[in-house]
Amino acid sequence: MSRIVQTPAAAGPVTTSRDRRGRVAPERWAAWGFLVPITLYLAVFHAYPLYRNVELSLRDYTVRSFVQGDAPFTGFANYLKVFGDATFWPALWHTAVFTAVSLAFQFSLGLALALFFVNNFRLSAVLRALFLVPWLLPLIVSASTWAWMLNSDSGVVNAVLGVVGLGPVNWLTSPDWSLWSVIIANVWIGVPFNLVVLYSGLQAINPAVYEAAALDGASGWQRFWRVTFPLLRPVSAITLLLGLVYTLKVFDIIWIMTKGGPSGSSTTFATWSYRLGFGNLVPSFGPGAAVGNLLIVTALGFGLLYVRVQRRREAA
Amino acid sequence: MTAVGSPGWSRRALGTGLAVVAAGCLAACSAAPSGEAAAPSQQAGGGTYTIWDPYPQYDGGSAWVKLLETCGTQAGVTVERTGYDTSDLTNKALLAAQQGNAPDVIVVDNPVISTLAEAGVLTTTAENKLDTSAISPNLLGAGQSGGNTYGVPIGANTLALYYNKAVLDEAGVEITSVTDWASLTAALERVKAAGKKGITFSAIGTEEGSFQFLPWFWGSGAQLTKLDSPEGVSAVALWTDWLKKGYAPNSVINNTQTTSWQEFASGDYAFAENGTWQLANAKEAGFEYGIIPVPGKNGGTAPAPTGGEFVSIPVQRDTARYATSQQLVTCLTSTDNSFTTVGTLSYIAPTEAVQTRQVAENPELEVWVAAVKAAKGRTGDDLGTKYPKISEPMWGAVQAALSGAKSPEQAMADAQTAAASATQ
Repeated sequence: MSRIVQTPAAAGPVTTSRDRRGRVAPERWAAWGFLVPITLYLAVFHAYPLYRNVELSLRDYTVRSFVQGDAPFTGFANYLKVFGDATFWPALWHTAVFTAVSLAFQFSLGLALALFFVNNFRLSAVLRALFLVPWLLPLIVSASTWAWMLNSDSGVVNAVLGVVGLGPVNWLTSPDWSLWSVIIANVWIGVPFNLVVLYSGLQAINPAVYEAAALDGASGWQRFWRVTFPLLRPVSAITLLLGLVYTLKVFDIIWIMTKGGPSGSSTTFATWSYRLGFGNLVPSFGPGAAVGNLLIVTALGFGLLYVRVQRRREAA
Repeated sequence: MTAVGSPGWSRRALGTGLAVVAAGCLAACSAAPSGEAAAPSQQAGGGTYTIWDPYPQYDGGSAWVKLLETCGTQAGVTVERTGYDTSDLTNKALLAAQQGNAPDVIVVDNPVISTLAEAGVLTTTAENKLDTSAISPNLLGAGQSGGNTYGVPIGANTLALYYNKAVLDEAGVEITSVTDWASLTAALERVKAAGKKGITFSAIGTEEGSFQFLPWFWGSGAQLTKLDSPEGVSAVALWTDWLKKGYAPNSVINNTQTTSWQEFASGDYAFAENGTWQLANAKEAGFEYGIIPVPGKNGGTAPAPTGGEFVSIPVQRDTARYATSQQLVTCLTSTDNSFTTVGTLSYIAPTEAVQTRQVAENPELEVWVAAVKAAKGRTGDDLGTKYPKISEPMWGAVQAALSGAKSPEQAMADAQTAAASATQ
């Protein structure tokens, strides 16, 4: 890309970009011209919506002021309202548990499978393709299927449990189980992504290192902890970061399976934000946007942490 | 069809995107500069009148759209009709009003009327001169707030109890014996003893759950302004008790009205609480069924909430347009056309005259007409936009009690506290 842009400048007479009278040289205009589409795109589809979302969270919107456009500025009142809400602490806890447990299982299962598949064997490509199926299914399909399977009365999971003599579990309708049910479904959906990224990371490790380790008499266990794991660290970090951002905002699986219930027991920030903004006949746009912003800030915080760690490592 | 009543409702809600995307939409959807001097939707006398409705399932060839066109011709204008998804229509209407290009006539789900009225989007019948004298007052109630009426119901539906004759016969239950809560519970007990399943309903954590709970809540004599009254608690306790004793399946906590119907259609259940819109499916279920009104706690018919849409005339810059809009609405709701409309939409008519005609044509509708007559608007009793703020804690309380997270008393007491602070 950059080469193409540079070509006309190289072909033309060598000039400085501004002449003595301060006029901008034509090629500089061209350069700006090339920047316009992406700048406009970023401004219209990213910067403005973000700005509006922040503004929305700082004003007291009612349906009337939404239509009239005269919502009064209330500072952080919406945020205070959200912090003071009885849903806040449970939702924060559910979001943390949902994210942490999902990430831990997605990553470790994904890594285990990647290690398994990195030794190519017959049918390994077919098996690997099968593991990708959850990723390819539309979320509404997989979440609805999970909801059917976990149905208290007619679900296949309880039927199987019944065969081995275990009592039925109210997976989706018991406050003790609903969060775990959506976590199980989310782990199932997230494993393929981890598998694919970690698998390609494993392939990038030079086999010579393993040979050297084997010559030094390293056991399989040592090879993993002393060679694979450290060399895979950059890939692992980005996998976990992307996983974190995806998991924080998971909405559809929870909404389809439990609607955040029963009685708020599987409500996360994502479902809470939706419920505030759209889940009621009279929408609370302000608090809804405030919760959404908290999610964005959290994801941003972890993103910055990642960048900082990455820089330090590069500097070292 | 009503937002909570239509079978496709849950699926539509499910299709909605990520919350963060949704939060982005909060921003993007309201991106139009406020207070901008937008042109009125059409110029006066332009001859084209726009109508929005929540029936995207009807295309240009349907009886409903043809009726719209005929009414347009009679009023001497061209009608431009757009059908939106029910869940989309409220936001679309609010946005259009924000940008000053609201449609001339809008057909919306009845509990939305008070929201749109609160937003100042709708004209009152005093302004638009619509005649509502023939409409049953209990149906009109959903469109009234602060002494004003904001539209005309196009038709109504409501909830009743479907029963499976074979299951009841097997358990030796005579349906005429089911007249109040005690006799219903006794019937459920016998059904369970006979190895069949009792009753299914929808107690999902959305407006749909409140819609299904209301006949029992109101049937106990409770008022929405006091959720934790002994009557209100007794309604939650009734459902909780059914779940505990296994008369109702645990899955009701997550059931939409559609999934609840599917349970009933399996043929194992004695009763199902569901709406007028399932009549066609009931005929296909392959077993003999009957319908009784939801019984009140101490007998009689419990008031069920009304479903169905209102036709309203949104505020226009050019007030001269109201006269033609009024002609269009009057045409849609006149006795002859109303009969066609309710037939098309599978509704019960909002006027006594048309209801009589419906029953004469199809005696099966009699129980539904009775149920609609006993029904109440959710936003009635001058609750208006307070209703959604009461409804949300209420469905939360029902879920908390059914799932065992709280006792019925505790659940309703907490709900009342939440509702009181939200509506103060």
